[in-house]
Amino acid sequence: MKLKQIAELLEAKVLCGEERLDDNNDYCFSSDLMSDVLTLGDQNPIIVTGLCTMQTIRTCEMGNLEVVVFVRKKKPTPEMIELAEENGMILLSSDFSMFKACGILYQNGLKPLF
Amino acid sequence: MHFEYTVIEGDFVNAGSASSSVKKTLKQLNVSPAIVKRVVVALYEAEVNAIAHAYGGVVTADIESNQITMRVIDKGPGIPDIEWAMQEGNSTARPEVRDMGFGAGMGLPNIKKNVDQLNVQSTVGVGTTVEMIVNLC
Ligand SMILES: Nc1ncnc2c1ncn2[C@@H]1O[C@H](COP(=O)(O)OP(=O)(O)O)[C@@H](O)[C@H]1O
Ligand SMILES: [Mg+2]
Repeated sequence: MKLKQIAELLEAKVLCGEERLDDNNDYCFSSDLMSDVLTLGDQNPIIVTGLCTMQTIRTCEMGNLEVVVFVRKKKPTPEMIELAEENGMILLSSDFSMFKACGILYQNGLKPLF
Repeated sequence: MHFEYTVIEGDFVNAGSASSSVKKTLKQLNVSPAIVKRVVVALYEAEVNAIAHAYGGVVTADIESNQITMRVIDKGPGIPDIEWAMQEGNSTARPEVRDMGFGAGMGLPNIKKNVDQLNVQSTVGVGTTVEMIVNLC
């Protein structure tokens, strides 16, 4: 699915990486636990999370995870956005709950890793 | 190549800066992305442990042509039962650590999965050294 479509479906703001909204990713993983996100091996899904700390960005940097959707109205700090930009990441922010965001994405064809 | 970094107790904002620097170096050396990911995921969990469970410490990384050796050395409280700590789900993490997205007892088991050799040495009241070796080819 195009990232542009994901942003539209989730009524999300694009916080950085606007120039890459035509990129595609068909897989999604959601968790607020970064230790979970660090167990995904060589897969690089879209991450949906309500954990909005510097650790979210660092974890995605280590895991080569380039697309993060923050849910529950979580807004990253300028420092977090700056680090994400340095790493070429795309950050989206949606007011939807985790359940609603994941439900919509699943219904529209994004696939789970397992 | 030898690298050394200092990690500071409770400094969650900078947690991962050593791993980030190692990642950039390995990328420059054209190490395959899958191996780089294993290296930095392990180092990052170990770095977070030194910040979360100990009083900070030192991270060293030695890169040779065929392997990387990483050590996370802290002068923390030590681990009384390493076997217990290595099991998934076992954790003594403070709520503050959980708020950072860690503290589910998955760090050490995931480190083990990602490295080729793991050696944890710990003395209660003295500190912990986590040594991790990953083959680069
Ligand atoms: N460097 C360390 N110093 C002291 N205790 C540690 C250290 N690293 C790990 N531990 C202990 O081992 C437990 C398990 O570690 P880990 O698997 O990384 O899970 P978590 O960090 O989520 O608790 C920790 O909760 C802590 O009790
Ligand atoms: Mg840990």
